[in-house]
Amino acid sequence: MNRKQKRNLYRIIAAGVLFALLMILQEVAGIVLNKYIWFALYMVPYVIVGYDILRKAYKGIRNRQVFDENFLMAIATVGAIAIGLLDTGDFAEAVAVMLFYQIGELFQSVAVGKSRKNISDLMDIRPDYANVLVDGELTQLDPDEVEIGTIITVLPGEKVPIDGVVTEGSSSLNTSALTGESVPRTVNTGDEIISGCININGLLRIKTTKEFGESTVSKILELVENASSRKSRSENFISKFARIYTPAVCFGALALAILPPLFILIFTGTHTWYTWIYRALTFLVISCPCAVVISIPLTFFAGIGGASKEGVLIKGSSYLETLSEVKTVAFDKTGTVTEGVFEVAGVHHNSRLESEVIEYAALAESFSNHPISKSLQKAYGRKLDKTRVTNVEEIAGHGVTAYVDGIKVAVGNAKLMDKLGLKYKNCHSVGTYVHVAIDGKYEGHILIADIIKPNSVEAIRRLHSNGVNRCVMLTGDAKEVAVAVANDLDIDEVFYELLPADKVTKVEQLLSETKGRAKVAFVGDGINDAPVLTRADIGIAMGAMGSDAAIEAADIVLMDDDPLKISKAIKIARKCMRIVYENIYFSIGVKLLCLLLGAIGIANMWIAIFADVGVMVIAVINAIRALMVKNL
Amino acid sequence: MKKSYKIDVDCANCANKMEQAAKNTAGVKDAVVNFMALKMNVEFEDGVDPKAVMKDVLNNCKKVEDDCEIFL
Repeated sequence: MNRKQKRNLYRIIAAGVLFALLMILQEVAGIVLNKYIWFALYMVPYVIVGYDILRKAYKGIRNRQVFDENFLMAIATVGAIAIGLLDTGDFAEAVAVMLFYQIGELFQSVAVGKSRKNISDLMDIRPDYANVLVDGELTQLDPDEVEIGTIITVLPGEKVPIDGVVTEGSSSLNTSALTGESVPRTVNTGDEIISGCININGLLRIKTTKEFGESTVSKILELVENASSRKSRSENFISKFARIYTPAVCFGALALAILPPLFILIFTGTHTWYTWIYRALTFLVISCPCAVVISIPLTFFAGIGGASKEGVLIKGSSYLETLSEVKTVAFDKTGTVTEGVFEVAGVHHNSRLESEVIEYAALAESFSNHPISKSLQKAYGRKLDKTRVTNVEEIAGHGVTAYVDGIKVAVGNAKLMDKLGLKYKNCHSVGTYVHVAIDGKYEGHILIADIIKPNSVEAIRRLHSNGVNRCVMLTGDAKEVAVAVANDLDIDEVFYELLPADKVTKVEQLLSETKGRAKVAFVGDGINDAPVLTRADIGIAMGAMGSDAAIEAADIVLMDDDPLKISKAIKIARKCMRIVYENIYFSIGVKLLCLLLGAIGIANMWIAIFADVGVMVIAVINAIRALMVKNL
Repeated sequence: MKKSYKIDVDCANCANKMEQAAKNTAGVKDAVVNFMALKMNVEFEDGVDPKAVMKDVLNNCKKVEDDCEIFL
């Protein structure tokens, strides 16, 4: 609690104690005093708890703000006191209204402050300093002052302040603040490293490749802090509602104060002014829109905060709303549902051990820079001892022959096998493959393919089970590859051999085919998808760690490249929107019910203020629920 | 031109009122107040002096909600 909140708390406690005491004396002990003495006594807690409202109300009148909450509260309570003086002698009600109104305001202010703090703690990735060697001594500098190419030192337990490349040391990194991923990531000398990760155990020296302002951590903080500059439909609806609601209820109150008693006076000749004015004042108590208004932005704020904890950055509440209505998801293939790197996917028809075939092939190809050679080397996994390889002969358009440990090895396509007079088998799988012959004998072929990410199948299944009825894949790849991947993943439709511009056309086609409120999302790795990301109702960029272009172009950024996060993001959005609607219907519903009961005289001011504060407390607690998204 | 300002205000509806007041100020093309982030993003009309306009914005905001602040 800040100072202002504490002061208000003391005022509420002081007024509350006094008020309770007076109530006990009057109601329980049954002490009978003159009406004016009670009035004077009750005025003490009233003024303690409500003086600032009265002051603001006065200022409101001067600025001609008739529909200001403070003004309305002042009228309602002063009116109730006046009726007490003139008629009923009941002052407790007015004090109670003021007291509970202030309790409500305090609760709201504390809850909002708490959730602001919670969310800024969640995003506590801002590094405070960078360790730089100055004159042989490690000095803590402001990250802003560190130039590109400086060697910075990150000690165990510290945050990596600036993006760079590791020049010395190896360590495990905790990236959970960025990605929501709890498994540490290992970095070694030569690896790229992004700011915002926490160094767990080893000492790292990093050569910076960016300025602090351009580093990942700054980009993310900027994104999170500027989120929700675009408001959702629900927020706009609620602020419009508040603008109409308060004046409408006030006019209703005016009508209630004048018309019914006037009719009764004319037709029956009885005087009922006080009853109806009292009911009108009850209306004014209910006319405050704050309880309705607060919960909506709070829910969105909590939803966006909870999502960012899970590594899903959402650029504003309107995107959260759109995401919850997604029925069609279009995917880019390479790098989104597949790894985007070519890897050995298998060795077929071999009689020797798989690892042996790969070892021979990798060694034979070790002098080549061809991507296939790199994939073979990667699959081999160890350092290649090139001294084992002799008599290397590259035959253009065919492949390579070489002697490995004195044994003749041939690696290449069908033509090479024909040339060597060997029988071979073609591959049925999709991808690139090379035949291998060792010691004059055909040893099968090695399949090299862009492999599907381990989570892709599950990701598509979850999207389907979460009401996404159309999963579409858009790719520039050849038909066979595209169809094969689509079948493996159980994707509904696939469009292949597309140029980047064709992808935009396809997304436009999907947009025109999607009816009503249903929305189309496009998921890409953000590298050359910017136009498509912008064109879709909602653009989701994934694997965005370190890619500024993706962070700029997309509406939603998935910090790591796990496709499961797509359905998670949709679930978070749905939960958030469900809470938003619950809060809208609940708070407006209770308000309208109270107005009705107030008009027919069932709800008095006590009920009105309890309903008002109670609704707000419940709505705020419900809103905080949007933060809890871990187990969705 | 767009600029972002830090603000201080206590209730959500007051923030909405500030937004309306800012929108209705001469020289302001559009304004968005984010109550949870306590920020006001203002888009100015072409060729106006943001500092002068923001003074008017602050005055107009003070009229609708006395207990507010814009950190200029």
